Amino acid sequence: MRLLIAIIASIALLITEYRSERLLPLRATLSVLTDSLKYAVDLPVTLFDKISSELSSYEALKKENTSLRQEQLINRTQLLKFDALEKENIRLRALLENSFKLGEQVLIAELLSINMVPDEHIMVVNKGTRFGVHPQQPVLDANGVVGQVFRALPFSAEIMLITDPNHAIPVQVNRNGLLTIAVGSGMSNQLNLPYLPTNADIRPGDLLITSGLGGIFPAGYPVGVVDDFAETTNKSIPHITATPKSLLDRKRELLIVWSSNALMPLTSPLSKTPADNEQ
Amino acid sequence: MHSCHSPHHLAKHPQIMNNSYNAMRVFITLVFAMCLRIFPLPNTLAALNPDWVLIVLIYWSLAIPERVGIAHAWLFGILVDVLMGRHFGQNALIYSLVIYACLMWHRQLRQFPVVQQSAFVFLCLLFAQLLLFWFKNVHATMQISGIFWLPILSGTVLWPFIYQLMRSIRRL
Repeated sequence: MRLLIAIIASIALLITEYRSERLLPLRATLSVLTDSLKYAVDLPVTLFDKISSELSSYEALKKENTSLRQEQLINRTQLLKFDALEKENIRLRALLENSFKLGEQVLIAELLSINMVPDEHIMVVNKGTRFGVHPQQPVLDANGVVGQVFRALPFSAEIMLITDPNHAIPVQVNRNGLLTIAVGSGMSNQLNLPYLPTNADIRPGDLLITSGLGGIFPAGYPVGVVDDFAETTNKSIPHITATPKSLLDRKRELLIVWSSNALMPLTSPLSKTPADNEQ
Repeated sequence: MHSCHSPHHLAKHPQIMNNSYNAMRVFITLVFAMCLRIFPLPNTLAALNPDWVLIVLIYWSLAIPERVGIAHAWLFGILVDVLMGRHFGQNALIYSLVIYACLMWHRQLRQFPVVQQSAFVFLCLLFAQLLLFWFKNVHATMQISGIFWLPILSGTVLWPFIYQLMRSIRRL
């Protein structure tokens, strides 16, 4: 009897969640309980990091400081150039009577060191709807695109990485603007490019950047680098893969991006894009 | 009325104390199991991490079937769904079904030696993982490697130790 009630209740919940978003408040409420567990599990790792950084020697700190200073100097000079380029770009676009896309706002979030399901590439960060995080927001790190917010809870957010088998990201080859889609492979260091024609102009070492199509990821962020592949002369399509630019399993700090997508065709939250066939 | 009620109440008092202690133990062990479920392990070990919550639920439903049953299984299933970011009801359904089987056969199972119990736990975990596999496939067809089935083996191997540990916790 109880079993029957439990089965019916579970199936009712499954169907309700599949059909609508009415269960989000319930999940948000329960997540307060489970998020405290997540933070509790994360605590020892955070403490260990803190203590080890407290204990690191003066010499090591000094060394790190010098290298960071140098890196910052290099970045600054590059940014100076970038500023000039951006101005020039705006001027040129004005000449073409084209609109220029404004910059993005970011929020720094820290990864919680917990393991979710091993065969899915989903990570949890410590910022949630309390900070205005919402689903489908792009997530970056210092090297490139990491993924997108998959589910935002009050105190945490689940992030689907670009390497998740259910994730697809519209990209273009930086060299020639060739558009394609990079699909997650399920391995943390590989992306698949299955939708390329046989005669596509793509070479090993090509940089893939976001194309801005699909309306989720802002254009121009690096995604990955095309791996070596054997050029085949016959008709068979080569299996082309790419290595993600971001260090997907090592970084603890991530950037959650609010892009001003006023200039893009706005997608309604219900419309399905290839990138969110999971939900 | 009052005089009639009072000795009955007194007689029942130690029982109530014991029950509330047990309820606490069940709760704490299950919460601990949930923590273990998301514990950050290195990649190879993470693939082996068994479904601790289900194993602990199996233990309690065999040990005190009159206290821990389908209600516990369902509620903690819902919590695990939220914890792991699954669809609502997925783990709740799986846990309820497995615990129902435990309750059905708990008399026989308690007589079994630990090895035979392990075999039963293996079947339970296999059934749970099969359902999970099915849910995944309903959702989006995925290729699942052999790694997906490893938690069943690790759970079975760990069962005798978990059983001993939980027994000492229960008799604390």
